[in-house]
This record gives sequence, C-alpha cells and structure tokens, in this order.
Amino acid sequence: MSTAPISNVATPAHDAPVVRIQNLNKWYDKFHALKDISLDVRSGERIVICGPSGSGKSTLIRCINQLEVHQQGTLEVLGETLDDNRQRLQRIRRSVGMCFQHFNLFPHLSVLKNCTLPQTANLGIAQADAIEHALSLLDRVQMREHANKYPGQLSGGQQQRIAIARALCMRPKVMLFDEPTSALDPEMIAEVLEVMVDLAKEGMTMLCVTHEMGFARRVADRVVFMDRGEIVEEAPPRQFFDAPRSPRTQQFLTQILDHGVSNA
Amino acid sequence: MPLSSTVLATEQPHRPAQAPPQDHGVVRARRWMKQKLFPTAFQSVVTLVTLALLVWFVPRTLDWLIFSATFTGDSQADCIGDGACWLPVTQRIGLFVYGFYPDTQTWRVDIAFALSAAIFPLLYLKRIDRRWVLGYLIALPFVMWWLLKGGAGLPEVSSTKFAGILVTVFLGVIGMLFALPIGILLALGRRSSKPAIKLLSVLYIELVRSVPVITLLFMASLMIQLFFPEGFTVDILLRVLIVLIMFTAAYMAETIRGGLQGMPRGQYEAARALGFSYWKTMGMIILPQVLRNTIPPLLTQFIGLFKETTLVVVVGVLDVVGIAMSTTSAPEWLGLEHEVYLFLAFFFFTICFALSRYARHLEKQLEKSRS
Repeated sequence: MSTAPISNVATPAHDAPVVRIQNLNKWYDKFHALKDISLDVRSGERIVICGPSGSGKSTLIRCINQLEVHQQGTLEVLGETLDDNRQRLQRIRRSVGMCFQHFNLFPHLSVLKNCTLPQTANLGIAQADAIEHALSLLDRVQMREHANKYPGQLSGGQQQRIAIARALCMRPKVMLFDEPTSALDPEMIAEVLEVMVDLAKEGMTMLCVTHEMGFARRVADRVVFMDRGEIVEEAPPRQFFDAPRSPRTQQFLTQILDHGVSNA
Repeated sequence: MPLSSTVLATEQPHRPAQAPPQDHGVVRARRWMKQKLFPTAFQSVVTLVTLALLVWFVPRTLDWLIFSATFTGDSQADCIGDGACWLPVTQRIGLFVYGFYPDTQTWRVDIAFALSAAIFPLLYLKRIDRRWVLGYLIALPFVMWWLLKGGAGLPEVSSTKFAGILVTVFLGVIGMLFALPIGILLALGRRSSKPAIKLLSVLYIELVRSVPVITLLFMASLMIQLFFPEGFTVDILLRVLIVLIMFTAAYMAETIRGGLQGMPRGQYEAARALGFSYWKTMGMIILPQVLRNTIPPLLTQFIGLFKETTLVVVVGVLDVVGIAMSTTSAPEWLGLEHEVYLFLAFFFFTICFALSRYARHLEKQLEKSRS
C-alpha cells in the first residue's frame, strides 16, 4: 500500500485558528437560520456538529466555503476574511475540501478524471502529477481498481469514498463533511466512516456534520450541538455524551440513541 | 495507516442462476401474430384492412415511381410510359445541386458537401479526441464560407450564383454551427445573476420567438440595408444567414436552458467547492452534461432549421425550392409539378429522416449510459 500523505497539513507556528467564526448571523428571507454563532477551529482539530434537522448545522459549514452567504458577523478561514472578493473566495475554496450528503461526483467524468480535473484546472498541476496524486489517494480509499469506471457504475459507499479522495486531491488544509453517510444504505456507512477515521488519525482538521454518534465519540475533539440556529452546547465527547448540561442536548441524545442509529 | 477491510461482505453459497425458458421459433411467431395482429375481432379487421390497403397501394405506387417511369431522355416528348417523368430532375440535376455555380468550380461545392457530411461520422466515433471534433466544428463554417464564396487564393463567386441544394446545405450547416454557441450564451445569459445580462437575453429570446421567421427574413432583406450608408450592401446570403442563426439560436437557448435547469444543484456546489470559476464550472462540468442530454432535441431543431432554409425563397434567394419552382414554370417541363415536388420531398425526407434516426440513436445511447 502506498503511503503518500493524504495532505500537506501545515503545522502552524502559532496556534492560530484555521476557521474563526464570530457572531455569525444568517437569514433565509425572514427565517433566522444562524443566530450569533461563534466557533474557533484550531489546526488538527476534529469537530463534530450535530443537532436535529433544521437546526442550521449544514448551513453553518456551508458558510465556511461560502456555498451559503452569511449576512452578519465575520468568518475567517486560514487567516483570510470571507467577503465578496471572488479571487480570495476561490483561493479559500481550493484549500477547503468538502464532502456532500449526495457525493456530487461529476457523472460525465471517470473516477480518475473526477480527481485530476480539479487539480489541473484549478491548481495548475501537470497532468502526470495530478494522475499520480489521484491514484495514490484512490489507493488510500481502496478505489484504485475502479479508477477508470464512471460514478454511475459504483455503489453509494464507493462514490462517497471517491468524493473524499477528490476533495483530498486539492491538498486541503481543512475538510468539511456535510452528513456524508446520511444518504447511504446502512451496510455502506462503515466503509466511509473508516476513511474518515483514518483521515482524522492523519491529523487533518475536520468539521463534520453527522448523526454518527459512535464516530463522534471515537474521533471528535469537540462535539457541537446546535438547535434552532444556535450553538446550545460545546464539549469534548466524553463530557458531551456522559454528562450533557443542557436539557435540549439530553433530549436530543435520548432520541437519537434510543433509535440505535449509531451505537458503534 | 491503510484501511482495514472489514467492510467486505462474506460470500455465501446460493442457488445457481437459470436461463429463462426458450420457445421454439414457430411457436413464438404464432404467439406474436395472435397477440399483436389478431387479439380481438376489431383488431383483426384493422389488421386486414391495413394489409389490403398496402397490397393495393404499394405495387401501384412503386410502378408509377420506378417501374413505368422514364429516367432517360432529352425532353418531355420522351416520356411515353404510364409512370412518372423524372426528366425535369435528371436533366437539370446539376442545376438542382450546384445552382448557377461556375462549372469549373463545382469541385469546391463537392468538398463542402463532403466536409459537412463528415460531421456525422466524427460525432459517432468515440475514439477521436473530443477537442479535435470541437475544433473541426468551429473551423467548418469559416472553411465552408471561404471555399464556396472564394477569396484568399480561390476565385470569388457571387452570391447570385448560389442556388439549389448548395444554398440549403450552406445555410443549414453554417447556420447550425453558429446558432449553437450563440444559443448557449443566451441560455447562460438568461440564467445569469446579473440583471442587465439577464434582461437583454430574455428580451432577445422572447422577441425573436414571438415573430415568424418569414417576417424576420423580409426585415433582413429590406430593413438591414437602411442601417448602412448608401452604396454599402450586405451580401444577401449573409443577411438571411444572420436571420436564420439568430432565430435558431433563440430556440436553442430555450432547449439548453431546460437542460441547465435540469442539472442537480449539487453539481454546481461540488464544482464551486473545488474552486472552479464560473466559466470553468460551465465549460468543464455543467455544459458537457447539459449538451449531452440535449443533443436529441438540438438535432430536432437542426432538422427544423434545415427545413426553414426553404423560406429564403421569399426574399429572392433560390434554394432548392426556388429551383424546383423555376423548373415547373419552364415551358419545356410544364405539367410535371408532381415529379419535381416529389423529388423535393424525397430530398428533404432523406436528410431529415437520417437526422432524426441519428437523434434517436443518440437518445438510446444516453439511456444506456445513464443506467
């Protein structure tokens, strides 16, 4: 097996946050989707964001690479402030990887091309180097043998692993996961979580919106609980699961754990 | 650390697959006839009537069209059989195909036809690099214009010499190849977030779509001249070409807009998240998918354009219909309208039918690649 580094995660000299969110507010028309959110993510930190549906957790991480535009507050990513400067935004997006609930692979491109095109088109990397890098990452997610297939020929779990490899191809400094296992058949969840655990062990800075509480317990440095657009509780996993302070957290945990969705 | 492979399912023995039951050929044929041709009394009557009509109609038609028809001869006096008299077509075939193009230069027309026909095998073959195909399609209208109109080494041919199938193909092919990119830009403009671009695109598309082509053609032949200083004339072929392009582009824009709307939002989001700029997102991610999905309706529009080229006859450009009209009114071929217009129908049917089969074939291919 190849041992190519999954990314060139820089270890910052000072402990500057990779993502700094301060008093972030967002509205959809009149609906107040994010209420005064503040959150710092340091390099190498793994954050799991959970909460009931409609709590704004997806909106929050989608603000980080401006797939959603916030209206108030400041958002700094890798030391740069997100505003309406297109060049800066594109620079930030190229170093922030993202995985979606529905994978969003490009169906008209082969698996390999899915991984090389973003590199050659957006990072100016030579074709040969892009292929080498892509193959080593596909190897890491055990998809190298499918490099010449098309996304439509693969299962959901396989597609999601490729989507992770594609994001990693951009050599991101931070990875965002937006419910990466929610659209998967139950038997495929494990293979995707496995890749994410490996990534966490590599020291990748990660923000994951997920309902996989087992995953949160295993890898998270901090668990953030959101409800109705605000952060209700923020704690290390042990404290979060064993001694949640807020009644809303307690209620949420009871609901989700009773269903046995995620007892890993 | 490499992944552990706990994800692999364990194999268990299961029953071997069996082939579906196969019937004998005769049994199958009999069942097909029973199910498809004679399922009920009413269906049986319909089948028999259809059959009778075919038996009565087909031999007579073929006899008139081919077996009793006259193909060789010099004048109408040679048509002595009971069948069709194809002499106005066979005698004037050069006029039908090349129009008034100078006899010594017709090889240029032949090359232009061959280059146009080459588009289809090019689109068909998957082994050829897409970039070459694209380059060919971009270069073709310019090469055709140069080849047929002359200049830069080739003797110039006046537009008044253009007539017949030459005009039809010239307008059809160049029109199509220009209309598509303009249609794409209009479709993108219509979905633009910039109000000015959006307004202009919507205005243009809606205006053009709400006016009959024939009106636009008259405007082109009469009004465009008003905007230019006296003595300066825009070539009549160029004028009708511009109208056909603008007209087809507006319709194509709507087809492509439909395709754009059908794209899942996730494709745009994934592209943006990976740092693709607007134009790269469109050019590399969105449009390749949209165009692939809209090839069948776009080809249908090309068939429409091809037939609409015949309208140029109203502004005095003699396309193949114009030649047919002049043939039927020539004294030596009077009274042979049936044959001449049947030939015309046959010409358009052959090309348009081939195109629509091609569109159907592409649709099937798409269905296959989607599953």
